[in-house]
Amino acid sequence: ERGHGPYQPHEPGYGLDKPGYSPYEDEIADPHARMLAVKNAKAYLLKTSTKSGLNLYDHFANILTKILDEQPTNAVDIIENISKDVKWAQFRKKMDTLRDEPLIPPTFEAAEKCKALFFKEGGEEEHEEVEEEMGQPTLPNVMETAFYFEQAGIGLSKDESYYIFLALKNLIRVQPIQTCRFWGKILGLEKNYIIAEVQLREGEEEEETGEEGEETTAEGEKKTGEAEEEEEEQKDKAEPPQSTYKPPPVIPKEANGTGTNKYVYFVCNEPGKPWVKLPPVTPAQIVCARKIKKFFTGWLDAPVVSFPPFPGKEANYLRAQIARISAATQVSPTGFYQFPEEEEEEDEGADTYEENPEFEPPPVAEMVESLATWAHHVKGILKQGRCVWINPQKLEENDEEEDDEEEEEEDEEEQPMEERGPPLLTLISEDEGMKDIPAWTAQASTNLIPEYSVAILQSNRWPGAYAFASGRKFENIYFGWGHKYSPESYTPELPPPAQAEFPSRPEITETVDPTVEEEMAFKIAQEEALAEDEEEEDEEDEDD
Amino acid sequence: MEAQSLPAALELVAGGGAGLSPEQRAALSASLLLLQRDYRFERVWFWGCIQGVRGAYYIAEGLGPDCAAPRSRLYSLNCVDWSLLTPASKETLAVAEHVKGRFQGDPSFEYSLLERNAEAAARLIESGQEPVMKEEARLIATIEQIDTAVGIVPRGAFVKTPLGAVHENRHFEGLSLADAKKLSSYFHFTDPVNLKNKTLLEKADLDPSTDFLDSLEHDIPRGSSWSIQLEKRGTVVVLRSLLWLGLTFYHVPMTKQFGYVYFGTGEKNLDLPFML
Repeated sequence: ERGHGPYQPHEPGYGLDKPGYSPYEDEIADPHARMLAVKNAKAYLLKTSTKSGLNLYDHFANILTKILDEQPTNAVDIIENISKDVKWAQFRKKMDTLRDEPLIPPTFEAAEKCKALFFKEGGEEEHEEVEEEMGQPTLPNVMETAFYFEQAGIGLSKDESYYIFLALKNLIRVQPIQTCRFWGKILGLEKNYIIAEVQLREGEEEEETGEEGEETTAEGEKKTGEAEEEEEEQKDKAEPPQSTYKPPPVIPKEANGTGTNKYVYFVCNEPGKPWVKLPPVTPAQIVCARKIKKFFTGWLDAPVVSFPPFPGKEANYLRAQIARISAATQVSPTGFYQFPEEEEEEDEGADTYEENPEFEPPPVAEMVESLATWAHHVKGILKQGRCVWINPQKLEENDEEEDDEEEEEEDEEEQPMEERGPPLLTLISEDEGMKDIPAWTAQASTNLIPEYSVAILQSNRWPGAYAFASGRKFENIYFGWGHKYSPESYTPELPPPAQAEFPSRPEITETVDPTVEEEMAFKIAQEEALAEDEEEEDEEDEDD
Repeated sequence: MEAQSLPAALELVAGGGAGLSPEQRAALSASLLLLQRDYRFERVWFWGCIQGVRGAYYIAEGLGPDCAAPRSRLYSLNCVDWSLLTPASKETLAVAEHVKGRFQGDPSFEYSLLERNAEAAARLIESGQEPVMKEEARLIATIEQIDTAVGIVPRGAFVKTPLGAVHENRHFEGLSLADAKKLSSYFHFTDPVNLKNKTLLEKADLDPSTDFLDSLEHDIPRGSSWSIQLEKRGTVVVLRSLLWLGLTFYHVPMTKQFGYVYFGTGEKNLDLPFML
């Protein structure tokens, strides 16, 4: 602590400056006192600290050993750090016979799974037979798409793209798939989702609907059995009045292969993990998804807690958002797809399109300048939640075959407005912007080398949706959180207003029961009235 | 992220789908070095990219020897030519609160304040200026807000000397895997606000040379304004901010690599409480 100055009695070295005690004198005046001072100094240095059990003497010895062993540059500048490290090293000694189990970080398991992706599948004989019958399913060239998007600065790292490529290959091998496409990646709070858009081969889907049909018939039989029992009971008891409330008919989801359910989606959290099929989306889910805005957690069976309550779990919410994003942002160069000439154009718009063999891709500069060179090739979703409008009243008619009279009344009251959306293959220049922001931003990937630049479209309504076009090649992709952009803040739907009470009418107003005196008085009044009537009749008879 | 480790860092952040094209990367690696020479920065960070409707802004930050000093910020529209931005003033920050919506992509674009907020417009008129806000000023304010709110560093990466200057810690070996998943191991790299509110017991455990910044634990909403994930088969820990969507922080545990970058539209996510 001291700088130094004259040594105080409690400090080591006290007395060494007195004549006879300095180390530089040849004659040691009193060796005994000097030895005592040295011993005191050493004893002080050997004092163990009450806090840490170390002593300064050993500590200095260790520091000097370490410095002389390692010979660091500028040792005097880092002496404090060296001292700290030596102290730290005290605690690291493992003299126990028990050894800690080496921590297996989860990284190694994940690496195993990725390694499994690289194995070529065995059992090639079966595979060949299937190929001959059906024709090989097309594995999309994910790396090529990734290259084009990289020119715009969009996309995952090359490693991850390659893993996704291999994972898609696995998916095709396992599931009966006709066409397949890497749709994109949606980020979540704990895990992310990698999504593949797929069309299953035609036979495979029917099995599912067959199963569903069987289930409903089994339930229907159960219900009629119960209804019969109830009717018998009704004859015995007096039932409370039945509610006449009929909930609005559930709008049925579109059949697999059409409209919002045109494609089937598979998701996985990471390439290497097994692919999970997402259930088809129902209009109720889309209508509700439009009203809520929630982050995805990464677990497909997580509940979606929201108001209005979402009918389903995160898997359904994910599927609904995918449907909305696809409908709003999947675009292709105008003219690439065309309506087949044989089909008549129905009012609701044809649902099918085919590639136009005579398509001439416009130059990149034109694709960037004018948005009329791009067109949607996925049908937009109507307010109802479907791509093809269905009249909810017709649904009611199918359900209630018994009450014919009521049907006629309802028809006269209301006709819901038929909803029409824009027909398929509309140009994206018709998309509305929000306030002063256009719906799409078009850019060329590079201004320095225009011959090889790629036209890039970014959606402003769904941030994260991108499309590129270069010659005859084009592709859409999505990387984002899965939410729509809105210039105003999100306001949740308010709960419905409290329902009005039943109007008060005399039949149901409560009155106090008449007391015994009132009843007697009423009875007497009645008898008097009767007696008067009889007297009048008697008088009339007498008159006659 | 450090300019020297730009390619490697971009690989680690690419999980979100946003990145730079090869042309931009090549331009940045050259122009950032030149920035360091011209402005005599000790370190140059590539801060990120703000997407406007018609164009994008690329932002770089330069640091001097004291890391806690206000950082110089520069922006560029093409990754080659850089312009210095003036530091944000309180009035700019206050006015920028009222301007919402996407950036336009044109630095001289003017937002009219008369429509958005009459008070702010009136104040500006009184002080003799026009009731508009230039996009450049809005850019400055937004970058400042993002850095203050969600610019993070791992614990122990920076040390504070007794004289008050903040330096990089050359002994920083990286966080362990267990520490890397905790929110308390990351600090906001700005002047601390919450430190003095800690109880004496907590303060006794802190080490004043490394714990001189606010940790992420106290961000509102508690514990959920960040998404922590292990990517690349558990080798990189990536934190994504949910308040400013697009800010990504990466760190490879047990190594010195860390950094953050912003790829987004430059808008605060005010709907966060509804979305959790």
